Amino acid sequence: MANEATLHKDTPLWGGGRQPLGVSYGKQMMWFFLLSDALSFSGFLTAMGLYRFKYEETWPVAENVFTHFPFIHGDAPLLFVALMTFILILSSVTMVMAVNAGHHMNRKGVILWLGLTIVGGFFFLGSQAWEWYHFITGDKGAVKMEDSTVLYFSDMEGKIVTLHELVDGTPGVHGEHYYFTTEQVREAFAANESVTLRNPGKTKETYSRKEALSMMSTAEVVQGANMHENEYGNVLFADFFFFVTGFHGTHVFSGVILNIIIFINVIMGTYDKRGHYEMIEKVGLYWHFVDLVWVFVFTFFYLV
Amino acid sequence: MATHEAHDHHHEQSFVEKYVFSQDHKMIAKQFLITGMIMGIIGVGMSMLFRLQLAWPDHSFPILETLLGKWAPDGVMDPNIYLALVTIHGTIMVFFVLTAGLSGTFSNLLIPLQIGARDMASGFINMLSYWFFFGSSIVMVISLFVESGPASAGWTVYPPLSALPQAIPGSGLGMTLWLVSMSLFIVSSLLGALNYIVTVLNLRTKGMSMTRLPLTIWAFFVTAILGVLSFPVLFSAALLLIFDRSMGTSFYLSDIMVAGELLSNQGGSPVLYQHLFWFLGHPEVYIILLPALGITSEVISTNARKPIFGYRAMVGSILAIAFLSFIVWGHHMFVTGMNPFLGSVFTFTTLLIAIPSAVKAFNYITTLWKGNLRLTPAMLFSIGLVSTFITGGLTGLILGDSALDINVHDTYFVVAHFHIVMGLSAIFGMFAGVYHWFPKMFGRRMIKSLGYVHFWVTFVTAYGVFFPMHFLGMAGLPRRYYTNTSFPMFDDLADINVMVSIFAIVGGIAQLVFIFNFFYSATRGKRASMNPWKSNTLEWTTPVEHIHGNWPGEIPEVHRWAYDYSKPGMEDDFVPQTVPIRENEVETGH
Repeated sequence: MANEATLHKDTPLWGGGRQPLGVSYGKQMMWFFLLSDALSFSGFLTAMGLYRFKYEETWPVAENVFTHFPFIHGDAPLLFVALMTFILILSSVTMVMAVNAGHHMNRKGVILWLGLTIVGGFFFLGSQAWEWYHFITGDKGAVKMEDSTVLYFSDMEGKIVTLHELVDGTPGVHGEHYYFTTEQVREAFAANESVTLRNPGKTKETYSRKEALSMMSTAEVVQGANMHENEYGNVLFADFFFFVTGFHGTHVFSGVILNIIIFINVIMGTYDKRGHYEMIEKVGLYWHFVDLVWVFVFTFFYLV
Repeated sequence: MATHEAHDHHHEQSFVEKYVFSQDHKMIAKQFLITGMIMGIIGVGMSMLFRLQLAWPDHSFPILETLLGKWAPDGVMDPNIYLALVTIHGTIMVFFVLTAGLSGTFSNLLIPLQIGARDMASGFINMLSYWFFFGSSIVMVISLFVESGPASAGWTVYPPLSALPQAIPGSGLGMTLWLVSMSLFIVSSLLGALNYIVTVLNLRTKGMSMTRLPLTIWAFFVTAILGVLSFPVLFSAALLLIFDRSMGTSFYLSDIMVAGELLSNQGGSPVLYQHLFWFLGHPEVYIILLPALGITSEVISTNARKPIFGYRAMVGSILAIAFLSFIVWGHHMFVTGMNPFLGSVFTFTTLLIAIPSAVKAFNYITTLWKGNLRLTPAMLFSIGLVSTFITGGLTGLILGDSALDINVHDTYFVVAHFHIVMGLSAIFGMFAGVYHWFPKMFGRRMIKSLGYVHFWVTFVTAYGVFFPMHFLGMAGLPRRYYTNTSFPMFDDLADINVMVSIFAIVGGIAQLVFIFNFFYSATRGKRASMNPWKSNTLEWTTPVEHIHGNWPGEIPEVHRWAYDYSKPGMEDDFVPQTVPIRENEVETGH
């Protein structure tokens, strides 16, 4: 349709009659869309940063929160999310290969590399579901004070003691969840002289045994995380975690759907008939953007 | 390209393709305009209703009961519906009339025509943009009829009022629909803006360099960029709000008692919402204003028969305003407990905007200076815009200064300021655009005498409404109160309120003249010639009858800028952009 300017090679770059920098309108639209989307994510991440610094004392430390890895017992802090990130970045590499194969009109190559990208996308989404599941069930357990601050149990040096360790002395089993009543926890705490309370934040500030005992008289047990409470610390951490990784996951999901659509088109030979594989490039831009956003989400939620 | 033309000339479009799901930019422009006008009638109508309430708070008006039903028992307005009317009036005027109605109409109509393109880059996305806007308008209108009343948290929908469905009647379903409507609106705005940007960048005809673009196109282009950068942040704010409303998160909520019960929400802050909202909110002011300024540049230059004064300064000031608009949002929040130092930073950036704005105002005046003025209705509205832009801009200096703002914050002084500088200026620009490009849109001319009546009544009543509000604000009268009878210190101001309301109602009714003129002329007006204003820009080289693809043959090539009016040594007082530069002629402009 009416979407290509008449080409005049002799006119200057911005003089009209040609596409500046040789970028088609579709690719340009994708770039501006991504710019727009980037500002949405900036809004969320800036808001998260605001609260993080407002509640430095109670903001959970990621190494204490994300400690599980499938089939591995014991702590493996941030290992799983590192794997997820690696897979997502790998899927960006395969996407580059698919775009490259498209430039050479190599249909089989596009099918291979785009297929791998889709697999990578699903792998990431599955991993995210697994991560959410463990975040929601929780594993340590904590207590909530009257003013809704959440405190961990710890030994006198600040090493975290889980509810399991406190109440029945066993480390507990990953992925299985036991509910302890507030009464049980209070009794166990009163009986165990070597356990106290500490802040979930970076400062690891511990309370004296005497203070902790008086605080426990009004405390309530928190297990797991949701929109209303969070055993790892400030509830806003959970709110933002669900919201931002969810928003990003929605983007990945849309990306996978787009990839599948163009995958089918490639198999049907649509782009061979069209004479170019620019669509792979446009969707590829979106895919790389989603990966790039993850790098920021990963940095702000897990690393710093 | 070739296939495109063959396709168009042989394919008869069905009614639905041509008038409903049209992908032609000229039809989509008309769709935006008509939808915007209908929303405008609703928005202005609401303002007349709440002006009745403000002037005669205890008087019974049977018409209110007829229109509002249970919300106005015995013809006296309920406070809840007053808040709802103010909220929806603001929302409709800001977003539906002055954003989509103004930018949607004229960007669509003029971008392809003035840059020499067959259509928008993507006709399909352009069509989607309109239909998302249509859906958004429908949802907004539906929200007027729900049991608990429409959204009532003000057009800025600050939490907690907007975040707690149980807070007031208007926080319920009406608020949910408001958010749904705005989400659709943001999608529409994004799709439209993407199209405008890439069309201007990629589809300019040969010779149409960026420095030969008419100022209208520069204004629409920068407006679209502002939209792409600022609306997503409103989207972020709205999504977080939706989560607070329905998922129990605490992004904006902390320590709240409702009906004697303490809510579990802890830790959030409503000020976060204000930051996110005004990061959109301030650029939004320029999303509204810049297209009107662009239209004015074109109309004033054409009708003064003089080249626009300082073309490059005009482009520069558009860019400067656009940049500055992103770093001033805090001036809406001086009374939120902001650190005074931060307040002074926002004061500084805000007052900087006065510089490019003054450049524009002076350039309009110097363009008019010693011009051979043709006072068409479009020209009168453009001059009216220059007037309101200056009057409203000057009070902006007071409100932009944190030390002065605190005294008049949230009073009628603010209402006066933004209605004059943003509301009136933009609506005058929109009227100017309609009067000026009506022959292009409908191939007919509007009735000139009715245009004059429309302008003078509108102009006088507009100042009659908003100028006295400065005094109300200085006297401390707060905005958004449905009546002031409980405060004896405001009793003296009651008469001013009556005067304002009379002007508002007369001004509102005067718009019927325009509505009549518009629809009568669109169907029965005198046939227009191809270039009725003797204008230079490319849209006047297209045939009067609309064709898909705009030009019957080749797209014309451009040889000069758009403002060669009264050029010495030429026989006519205008030289269209398609006329090649002659031998010995010096190219003006850039």
